[in-house]
Amino acid sequence: MTYIAKPRLHHPKLPTNALGYTHRDYEGAVSTLCAGCGHDSISAAIIQACFELSLPPHKIAKLSGIGCSSKTPTYFLGKSHGFNSVHGRMPSVLTGANLANRDLVYLGISGDGDSASIGLGQFAHCLRRAVNMVYVVENNGVYGLTKGQFSATADKGSKVRRGPVNTDSPIDLVALALQLGASFVGRSFSGDKRQLVPLIKAAIEHRGAAFIDVISPCVAFNNNPESTKSFDYVRAHNEAVNRLDVILERDEITADYAPGTVETVTQHDGSMLRLHKLAPDYDPHDRISAMAYLQQRHAEGEVVTGLLFVEPDSDDLHALSGTVEIPLNSLDEAELCPGPAALVQFNAAHR
Amino acid sequence: MDGLSRLSIESVNDFVIKFANVNGSGSASANALFAKSVLRMGIPASSRNIFPSNIQGLPTWYEVRICEKGHLGRRGGVDIMVAMNPQTWDEDLAEIEPGGYLFYDSTKPLPPSKFRDDITVIGAPLTTICNREYNDARQRQLFKNIIYLGALSALLNMDVAAIEQLISEQFRGRDTLIRPNLRALNLGREWALNEHECPIGLRLERVDKVGDQIFITGNDAAALGAVYGGATVCAWYPITPSSSLAEAFSNHCRRYRADPETKKKRYAIIQAEDELSSIGMVVGAAWNGARAFTATSGPGISLMQEFIGLAYFAEIPAVIFDVQRGSPSTGMPTRTQQADILSCAFASHGDTKHVLLFPEDPRESFLFAAEAFDLADRLQTPVFVMLDLDIGMNDWLVAPLAWDENRRYDRGKLMTAEQLDAGVEFGRYLDVDGDGIPYRTLPGTHPTRGAFFTRGTTKDRYARYSEEGPDYVDNMQRLLRKFDTAKRLVPRPIKRVARESTRYGAIYFGSTSPAMAEALEALEERGIHLDTLRVRAYPFHEDVFDFVAGHDRVFVVEQNRDAQLRTLLAIDGEIDPARLVPILHYDGTPITARFIVKAIGDILDVVTLAPLRRALP
Ligand SMILES: Cc1ncc(C[n+]2csc(CCOP(=O)(O)OP(=O)(O)O)c2C)c(N)n1
Ligand code: SF4
Ligand SMILES: [Mg+2]
Repeated sequence: MTYIAKPRLHHPKLPTNALGYTHRDYEGAVSTLCAGCGHDSISAAIIQACFELSLPPHKIAKLSGIGCSSKTPTYFLGKSHGFNSVHGRMPSVLTGANLANRDLVYLGISGDGDSASIGLGQFAHCLRRAVNMVYVVENNGVYGLTKGQFSATADKGSKVRRGPVNTDSPIDLVALALQLGASFVGRSFSGDKRQLVPLIKAAIEHRGAAFIDVISPCVAFNNNPESTKSFDYVRAHNEAVNRLDVILERDEITADYAPGTVETVTQHDGSMLRLHKLAPDYDPHDRISAMAYLQQRHAEGEVVTGLLFVEPDSDDLHALSGTVEIPLNSLDEAELCPGPAALVQFNAAHR
Repeated sequence: MDGLSRLSIESVNDFVIKFANVNGSGSASANALFAKSVLRMGIPASSRNIFPSNIQGLPTWYEVRICEKGHLGRRGGVDIMVAMNPQTWDEDLAEIEPGGYLFYDSTKPLPPSKFRDDITVIGAPLTTICNREYNDARQRQLFKNIIYLGALSALLNMDVAAIEQLISEQFRGRDTLIRPNLRALNLGREWALNEHECPIGLRLERVDKVGDQIFITGNDAAALGAVYGGATVCAWYPITPSSSLAEAFSNHCRRYRADPETKKKRYAIIQAEDELSSIGMVVGAAWNGARAFTATSGPGISLMQEFIGLAYFAEIPAVIFDVQRGSPSTGMPTRTQQADILSCAFASHGDTKHVLLFPEDPRESFLFAAEAFDLADRLQTPVFVMLDLDIGMNDWLVAPLAWDENRRYDRGKLMTAEQLDAGVEFGRYLDVDGDGIPYRTLPGTHPTRGAFFTRGTTKDRYARYSEEGPDYVDNMQRLLRKFDTAKRLVPRPIKRVARESTRYGAIYFGSTSPAMAEALEALEERGIHLDTLRVRAYPFHEDVFDFVAGHDRVFVVEQNRDAQLRTLLAIDGEIDPARLVPILHYDGTPITARFIVKAIGDILDVVTLAPLRRALP
């Protein structure tokens, strides 16, 4: 495999965002994933979301573990620094990066094997710590990169081609994220751009640990109709609780929605999430009822998607630990080194 | 009694005292007070904790070596035992040198069979005194420690004023505690003066041999070095004997790293969920331009292997303090060893080699800690600071810590936005300067230039994904050049030439230093002369191989079973292993001069005697 750069010729009429960037400025190298892989659709949604939010690409850091899903950061945001780390350990690397510089946007890209199998511990602990990030699991229920073994999100009773039947219970990362204290939890489907793009935008605008589980069919190893991670299954059983618009402070606010079915959530940075509620009894502010609702629908064989929980005023790790407002990596020697004078006192106290 | 006292050890300012206590009984602070009082009398001393992996109830010992001449390695043997733990009575008694002294609580009578007749026994009714003076059980327990300190002060001719001064310093701000402690001290002192001949054969006399030296643990000093070295991110997972390093960093930061106006922290400390996570955080933070470190011990190093390989290959500056303990596995978690040399030098899978620093004491722990961050940034690679339990957790008497005002951090080859704007070519793995060290950019540096993708898989010089063999080899060769550059940057070895010219040399490192210095003196008295070289870092400087080449035989003294430094020397210098004679101490106690003298002496005696023997019929 080699690196393929996309030609960077700009069409003069390409629309630009508030920064003057075009969509192309958010793209990466040409994908080397299988044609039709759900992961590529998620990359496209990330590109779209960052373009629409007018984020300066170099102020985004993309980190991942290992897997087909974790390879995708090469295929979006080519002007951002990226780090393809080790299998299952993206959360710790992202946490460290975030500690060093609180001013960047952190995208953590992972797979279901990466996060629910080998990396379940790190998945859990970085959500507990309220690291300010968008954590995306591209969930296909298999290990794509190692050619089709079960991951921990695989359905009970599912079968690997010419292989064994899975007898283990699946892990629902959304349920775990809710329990672990993530302050933004959503689920979507790689094939549903209308739902996924605003969800990613809202997660980026959110301060704190935002987790999105994106069901992303693996066309090579797990797109059989009975799999709950297949296109057909999700299309037939998708129970979307809401649809989302993200309105930034600078956007004009229009009131074109009927009261009663729409709820507006204002996040810490002033951005507004306009939720078109499809399930009228669904309350995205109550962690416990979100957990209960999720389990009820799951029992019915339905896949609940949408913004499942949000705590708009949550604090992040930096706020909780009281670090300075400027990035730690920008502190200079004068601010860091106590110098010889302090040693005089220190030595005296050790005699 | 007369016969006994004639046998008794007589020594001024040169003896070993050991306190046998029960863990959690509050003895630690009284014992530390004893050691500090000796120092305040101007007499050099070192202390060692010997403690179990347990919080309360099990035996714990505190050994103080007092030596006016300044030999402060562990000596071995005990001249006076303060036996406060009935559980360990027999072994404690057995450890006393013939002619030594036993101090114990005589409240409960013990049968004569419980004693030795070649030592002086001093029984003080400590419990009786406590029961008479205090009603509260906690007070009885705590003050018993101060009472025995008081008794010792009279028996050993200590300067009471020095102890009293330390007590008032210790309780400054909690003044109501000063009086009761001074009273307890006096209770013990009065008992000794009234009931026993004072002083005994072991005596302390004020001298002026301590000067401005300080008494400090390596972990405390290393943590301060990390503060001075500019570390802003610390991620760790508790493990003895390294936990107190991270905890000390936290304390130092509270003091030195609060923003003066907002009081907010100029640092972040995360107690991670395990060592995989702590090293991952360090790698992430260092990738993003913060100086970051973790502190751990052998088992943690084992867990960090994959990440250490990634950091080597992805060229991320990461500082790792390994406070070594008895291994393998959980081994002897509360005992000392230098047994992670190979596992750190070659940590991780694939072809990897890492920079190791070997501080000899807390002072060098401070210096090397700060230095490690410069080296890591300059070399863009993990740097290990190899302490051990003896250095890390024991108070050592060392020269005061110093910091050169003119010293500046070396942040290494960071390409700036200005350089990128000026059109300087950026290739993340391009060897521009021929030293094997490429330039890096930090995330967020420039809107359109200098971004790159970091990966553990193969890449070309411009950080583009590549599975081409030549690209891989090209990169691995550059990493070797970089390691070669490291040789010139790490602390140089320190050579000492013997008074008489000799064919023999000795190489040693780390906490072996004080025992080695003392051993050399003793060997010299026996007419054995050795040149020595103290290795302070890996990769080895050329001086190390010149030293080996310059001697017929070189003893390599280390505290592990497998002669790990010797292995590294033999591999790296392509030295015939037969020329490197291993001297190995690894029972978990710090190496002693006695051990070194005997081991080297025995070998050299055989060497010099062998031709004679062969000549016999
Ligand atoms: C320590 C380690 N063990 C095993 C592997 C092999 N491995 C690479 S990717 C992968 C599974 C990836 O599955 P998932 O995260 O679901 O990603 P997908 O390919 O399905 O997107 C495994 C087991 C590895 N890279 N590292
Ligand atoms: S194997 Fe599956 S997950 Fe991997 S690229 Fe192909 S379709 Fe996508
Ligand atoms: Mg997968």
